[in-house]
Amino acid sequence: MKSTRVATTVAAASLLALSAGLVASSAAGSTGSGKTVTISVVSLIPGSTSAAVQQFNDQVAEFEKANPTIKVKPVEYQWTAPTFAAKLAAGTLPTVFEVPFTDARSLGDNGQLADITSYVKKLPYFSKYNPAVLAEGTDSKGQIVALPKGAYAQALHYNRDLFKEAGLDPNKPPTTWGQVRADAKQITQQTGKPGYVEMAKDDNTAGWILTTLVYALGGRMETGIGTKAKATLDNPQTIQALNMLKAMRWTDNSMGADFDYGWSDINQAFAAGTVGMYISGSDVYTNLVQASNIDPSIYGIAPIPLANNKNAGVLGGGTLAGVRPDANAATKAAAVKWIDYYYEQPLISKTQAVRNAQTLAENKQPVGVPALPIFNKAQYDLANTWIKPYINVPLAQMKPFLTGIFKQTLIPEPEASTQSVYHALDAVVEAVLTNKNTNVVQMLQQANATAQTAIEQGS
Amino acid sequence: MTWVRGGGLTTLLFLVPLLFAFGAFSWYPIVRTVTMSLQHTNLVQPATWVGFQNFSRVWHDPLFPVAVRNTAYFAGLALVFGYPIPLAAAVLMSEVRKRRGIYSALAYLPVVIPPVVAVLLWKTFYDASTTGAFNTILGWIHLGPYPWLQSQQWAMPSLVLESTWANAGGTVIIYLAALTSVRTELYEAAAVDGAGVWRKVWNVTLPQMRGILLVTMILQIIGTAQVFLEPYLFTSGGPANATLTVLLLIYNYAFGNSLGGDYGMATALSLMLAGFLTVFSLIYLRATRSWSTE
Repeated sequence: MKSTRVATTVAAASLLALSAGLVASSAAGSTGSGKTVTISVVSLIPGSTSAAVQQFNDQVAEFEKANPTIKVKPVEYQWTAPTFAAKLAAGTLPTVFEVPFTDARSLGDNGQLADITSYVKKLPYFSKYNPAVLAEGTDSKGQIVALPKGAYAQALHYNRDLFKEAGLDPNKPPTTWGQVRADAKQITQQTGKPGYVEMAKDDNTAGWILTTLVYALGGRMETGIGTKAKATLDNPQTIQALNMLKAMRWTDNSMGADFDYGWSDINQAFAAGTVGMYISGSDVYTNLVQASNIDPSIYGIAPIPLANNKNAGVLGGGTLAGVRPDANAATKAAAVKWIDYYYEQPLISKTQAVRNAQTLAENKQPVGVPALPIFNKAQYDLANTWIKPYINVPLAQMKPFLTGIFKQTLIPEPEASTQSVYHALDAVVEAVLTNKNTNVVQMLQQANATAQTAIEQGS
Repeated sequence: MTWVRGGGLTTLLFLVPLLFAFGAFSWYPIVRTVTMSLQHTNLVQPATWVGFQNFSRVWHDPLFPVAVRNTAYFAGLALVFGYPIPLAAAVLMSEVRKRRGIYSALAYLPVVIPPVVAVLLWKTFYDASTTGAFNTILGWIHLGPYPWLQSQQWAMPSLVLESTWANAGGTVIIYLAALTSVRTELYEAAAVDGAGVWRKVWNVTLPQMRGILLVTMILQIIGTAQVFLEPYLFTSGGPANATLTVLLLIYNYAFGNSLGGDYGMATALSLMLAGFLTVFSLIYLRATRSWSTE
């Protein structure tokens, strides 16, 4: 009896060890058989409509047909500060992923983006890039670590239906901040819905929009560059912007009752027709359609009102596509091919632009959403003529923005420790909107100290 | 050899998976936490040893006292309001003659709902406009509308309210079981002495249950000191850091910066919290030793 028990135990133990060994060897990773390279690419924001997903898959199929040695795996991913850092550390980011302008250079310097300079320089249109935009994806050693996918400027989005209901002309959006305040008040009084809302979540979006307001009034959040930069969060224009918000919130009561809007929720609220105006990137119409099914007839977009100040300008930003730092040469080559096909070709090649627009239009996705040029302006205008027959966004309703934006000065986001600057401002915005007696100056000084520390540490 | 003969190998075989699971998912992370708290690391580049610098930086962070104060506030509110409620509910339920099972099931139902779902549900209830669920209901009796999560004063109590609702059920079940061990002849003796219901509860029920009451109290304090879900999902620590708790601060250190988190500071604060709770528990157990039934 005892000897059979020992035998059974030994057999069971060796079986365990064998299976553990098999699992370990198969988990060691397979990079594909033969010469096929598999890359995972970021596709759409989670929660996108099935039509949006379908058009993306159509584009993947087309790419794989043109490049039989490359297999593409779409991964739904939306860039947010917490998930990006965790995925980067864990190594679970897709091969090709998107980063905002604010982070690409620092990521490149920290070795968290692959150096794709040699592959990019081989692209036929490399010389046509807008140098300022390409610089956003070049690290301090001059290596290109990401290619621009799109650039945007901040804009004022407004609900044309609520404007009409309140007795305002939807073709004449406000052009000064005084008008914004008055229009917001009128909307609230006539329709009961908040006339103006603003992002105030603790995830850096509150600081981002406040910075937009400050730029529009002529202020700046920083002077200098890199770790030697000086934080100027408590400048007079910031105080002016916060006092404006305070007046709209507490005196006019035109900002509604919810003050924790993030980028996605504010889009949802707008698409649902519950808010009058808000500020966000000029390219949000895509998200409004893909994630929130907006009724196109309510959408209006206008340039941000600028103060009568020579430093006043509109905050611009954008997104770049980068490659994982641990990609080998074959993977990097495949990744740059995908970036070229999916992100750049629609802007530079007529056939691809038309085909891209066709695929989007067939799946009822927005074509012709206002964007800023990443190549030179001539190329941008040309590309717009190519896709003209497929444009399905309400261009007439977007006229105020399309005519006004190119007259405005575009200002890049604060260069040093951008996200930390925004984060320091989050609490100030929230305090102003939730506490009538906030000491704005004191809070701004504290925020300034926090931001300065972050700048000096390079974080 | 006698060990093997006595079945030692089988024992070992059954132990190995357990040791592996605990080792990989419990003990190794604790060892890594201690190591990382003494390093400067972002998990991508090689780590450098920095001694106690992380602890010092956490201590001097202006958000640290805010987080500690908010956590103490949450734990305090939960203790004052959330602790007696399951006890009162259990005492009331034990008096019910018929269909006691339904009340137990109803009490436990909120616990069954996944915490994230419960929070998101309550988030819509807490909508601060006049058409929000709670504001509408309170409007029927001419109260409100209240700002709930949109006010720095109201945010934390709102969190405690949802947390109590979600977690009371489990403790109710425990207390119901404990109440069955109270000796009924004590109640009769108290009735002979002319005690009413309130005196009976105070002088008979509570002293008989003090063992379990002391245990649930320390468990609640340890649990609420580590609250993360409610502040993270409801308000992300806002408005203006009014609901920033220690765990949320740890999360922000580790994952709040898109360029890579400061894992050294995050692990340092985790160790500080663990150390504090250990010391607190030891003091608590020492102080209550004479009161417990053991």
